[in-house]
Amino acid sequence: MKVLLMHCDRNFDWQQELPAQAPNLIQDLGLEILFNHMSGGDEFLLQVAQRGVLCSLAEPEAIIYRQQALSDCLAHPEIVRAIYNLTVETLVEKKKIFGWFSQTPEQNLRYAVQVMEVLVRMLKRLRQVALESGTLFHSPAFKRFFAMLLEELGDEYFAIINEHLRRLQFRRGVLISAGLGKGNSAIDIVLRSPLTEKPRWSELIWGPRGRLWFDVHPRDDAGHQALSELQARGVNLVANALTQSTEHVLGFFIQLRAELAFYLGCLNLRTGLNGRGFETSLPEPKPASEPSLSALGLYDPALALVTGGGVVANDLAVAGKELVVITGANQGGKSTFLRSIGLAQLLMQAGMFVPATEFSANVATGVFTHFKREEDKTMTRGKLDEELNRMSQIVDQIRPGGILLCNESFASTNEREGSEIGHQVIGALNEVGVKVLLVTHLFDLSQRFRREAPDGVLFLRAERLADGSRTFKIREGEALPTSHGMDLYDEIFRDGLPAPTAGD
Amino acid sequence: MTHEPARFSILFDPIDAGLELDDREEPAFFADLNLDQVFDAVTGSRREYNLAAFFRSALPTAASVVYRQDVFRDIESGLAEHVAAFAEQMRRARSHLKAAGQRQARYSAAAWVLDAGEIYCAAVIALERALSDFRPSSLGFQRCSAYLAAYVKSQAFQQLANETMRIKRGLGQSGYCVRVRGSRVVVSDYRREPDYSVEVLATFNKFQQRDADSHLVKFTTDFNNHIQERIVELVARLYPELFRSLLSYCETHRAFLDPVVARFDREVEFYLAYLAYIEPLKSAGLSFCYPDVSTSSKEVDAEETFDIALASKLTRENRHVVCNDFRLSQGERIFVVSGPNQGGKTTFARSFGQLHYLASLGCPVPGRRAQLLLCDRIFAHFEKHEVIEDLQGKLQEELLRVREILRDATDSSIVIMNESLASTTAEDSLFLGREVIGRLMELGALGVYVTFIDELSRLGASVVSMVSTVVPDNPAERTFKIERMLADGRAYALAIAKRHGLTHGSIKARIGR
Repeated sequence: MKVLLMHCDRNFDWQQELPAQAPNLIQDLGLEILFNHMSGGDEFLLQVAQRGVLCSLAEPEAIIYRQQALSDCLAHPEIVRAIYNLTVETLVEKKKIFGWFSQTPEQNLRYAVQVMEVLVRMLKRLRQVALESGTLFHSPAFKRFFAMLLEELGDEYFAIINEHLRRLQFRRGVLISAGLGKGNSAIDIVLRSPLTEKPRWSELIWGPRGRLWFDVHPRDDAGHQALSELQARGVNLVANALTQSTEHVLGFFIQLRAELAFYLGCLNLRTGLNGRGFETSLPEPKPASEPSLSALGLYDPALALVTGGGVVANDLAVAGKELVVITGANQGGKSTFLRSIGLAQLLMQAGMFVPATEFSANVATGVFTHFKREEDKTMTRGKLDEELNRMSQIVDQIRPGGILLCNESFASTNEREGSEIGHQVIGALNEVGVKVLLVTHLFDLSQRFRREAPDGVLFLRAERLADGSRTFKIREGEALPTSHGMDLYDEIFRDGLPAPTAGD
Repeated sequence: MTHEPARFSILFDPIDAGLELDDREEPAFFADLNLDQVFDAVTGSRREYNLAAFFRSALPTAASVVYRQDVFRDIESGLAEHVAAFAEQMRRARSHLKAAGQRQARYSAAAWVLDAGEIYCAAVIALERALSDFRPSSLGFQRCSAYLAAYVKSQAFQQLANETMRIKRGLGQSGYCVRVRGSRVVVSDYRREPDYSVEVLATFNKFQQRDADSHLVKFTTDFNNHIQERIVELVARLYPELFRSLLSYCETHRAFLDPVVARFDREVEFYLAYLAYIEPLKSAGLSFCYPDVSTSSKEVDAEETFDIALASKLTRENRHVVCNDFRLSQGERIFVVSGPNQGGKTTFARSFGQLHYLASLGCPVPGRRAQLLLCDRIFAHFEKHEVIEDLQGKLQEELLRVREILRDATDSSIVIMNESLASTTAEDSLFLGREVIGRLMELGALGVYVTFIDELSRLGASVVSMVSTVVPDNPAERTFKIERMLADGRAYALAIAKRHGLTHGSIKARIGR
């Protein structure tokens, strides 16, 4: 019995390692804020939200499977929350049973029986939910889940469990088989299920099987002790079996809780955004073979949750370009724009809704960020070491088909060095099939890209009106040299460049 | 007809050389060279083999040394595991025989004998097979291999092995059921009743999300007690014929151990014990080698050697071991070791003696490479650092011992003197030292003379001066390096250069890279 509400073919691993780039993503994209809204302060919801968002799905089909389940949850949040609460209650009830700490097999067995009784009660309630509400759900994930509950948890099955719980009291003694080991010791002791439950009177007569017997003398204490040890050894395997069984059933509840926790987080996040007047939509994932990236009304959800309003939305259409260079005035919304693209991509690949009225992109093999760190403003060689070290780690981790968001990378040195390094790094990444979105002030760098591959690069610019005020809109437009650098640049480079298009 | 296989000894060639060793006493120099500690540790966990005598008996000929070195090499190059496994099995077999002797119940006692027999047969067969696959290059293991091959084919062994296997298999197949209810125990045959734990697991298996942890309670001992003995008495009635033959097996085969195999089992422990002792040292990066030994050549040398007792202690404490080189060529005979105290002089003297003694046992010795004298005797004279009440008396006592040594030593002996004859004035010490070293030079014996008197290092061409060194910047810190150099205080300058990698050799090596 698998839950399969997160993946169509496997359990969602809510304890998996976060990808190596996770700490950077969390810091650079402001994911902390999203996670807080998803979890509402609940440790477990937080843990699941982090895995759900950061451990991206790789295929559009997998994304759609989750989107459909999410739609069911958005339609019937109260039922989803009720099932979730049932799983939490199960874990609480189990903890209330006083546990024996692996002292004797009999103690283990007694404990396991009690736990199993609780679990059976909960399974029956879960089945009841499936009976009452199952038909309201239409996604493949939830339909399969409820059908499975009804099929596997029938009355007959509960009857079999009850029979086991009764037999495990061993009112008629234990039957064990054994072999002869070292020095004729008893080995391979196994508790057996009697082929026939004999009627009581046969014990008095002792049929052919029972001719060989002895009684331990009432005063033979060592003998009685040995006998109970023999029974303990016999019960050992079955105590283990029932304990493992309780863990299996419990594991099912735990798994169900974890998978529902993700959708609960999504419900929470959407409530937060809607409450502040922001809309979300389900994005359209494209296969990796159809490179695309387009958005309408894309905004930064983290900023939206913090400020509660006045967040500028942008549109974007990057056809098959491998490189997007975003330039423009400071405080013009470039970083926010870059973040919103990264978040939308991550959320899409988590099977979630995105902060846009429309969003479509091909799936990436991984989203990476290389942001200039706020505290790294001093331009020392140490800072360059630090940022290049981070870049080197990214190069270790990123694969073809990945996306790298660079925010003022290579800025902790002078422009010429920074541009040269940036040119080498980004050029190489593009060539191996990594898409790069670059926010930069390095005019030299953007000019080199424009010269070398005018068709492969999309240039965007943060809008700055004539009076110097910012609209925070990002529009298509080439980089402008900064005022103080332009003269110098012209002076040095004009002769060696093709005639600028602006002069035509 | 099979021939009686030839007896052999893995330690001694010829075989009789190993007789009458057992009550040999510890040589006098053991304590001075700390070899008593070493061999106590070597044999410590193997008391049952009574190995001490082997380590007290130096071999007289180079051939007998090579005989052991070759055996060591075979063990080190692949037989170790097999021989250790054999030894382990033999220990188990013996402990099972012991258990059999302690049992009252007849079936139980017999079963222990049977188990011992099974282990013994398997051990012998496994070793025989391992040896024939391995094709040993040592004479010792070749003889062992030949003996075992013949022994395994012998009628006595075959009968033992077959009988053991037949009964063992029978018992292995003798399943039975026990029903326990209250104080009543009923025994019956096993009719393939289903495993109840499997039924339980099957019921809940569909919930499984991941592999479950084990919750089995560990029982550390086998279930074997007087209740089990009573149960077995009843099981015997389920399988009467089998249990009759078990009893008769016990009668027939109680003394199955072959004396030659038993001797091998004991003697091979000599090798295992020594190798086990040096294993941590090797892991710590220290080298051991098989020295070339000669009873005649006095040209001895060793590279990267060390005091094995000290190294063993330092390695246990995770501390660094300093290695030293020495060489006596042509007419050189005696090392005079001087220099700062606590600088490793005594350690050097010890390791020189240890090296020669270990070589005479046929053991691998500390060092990357060594050529050593197979001496006739080793004499050690170490100053005893006890409270000195009577300087005059002490010096007299020392001189008496030195005289004894000089009387008994031959030109094939090794004499090690550590701060000897120092219980007097420096002038006296110089005089006495000059006399004693002079006599040793006349004798032609090899020797180490540790002293605080520099002058003794300049007594002639057969004397080699070795000096303990310190770190120049911090004279309190010892390098424990003993260098061949003139004892004139210039040691510091050389050490400074070395520390910075600026000695002649270091510079060549660095530039040549």
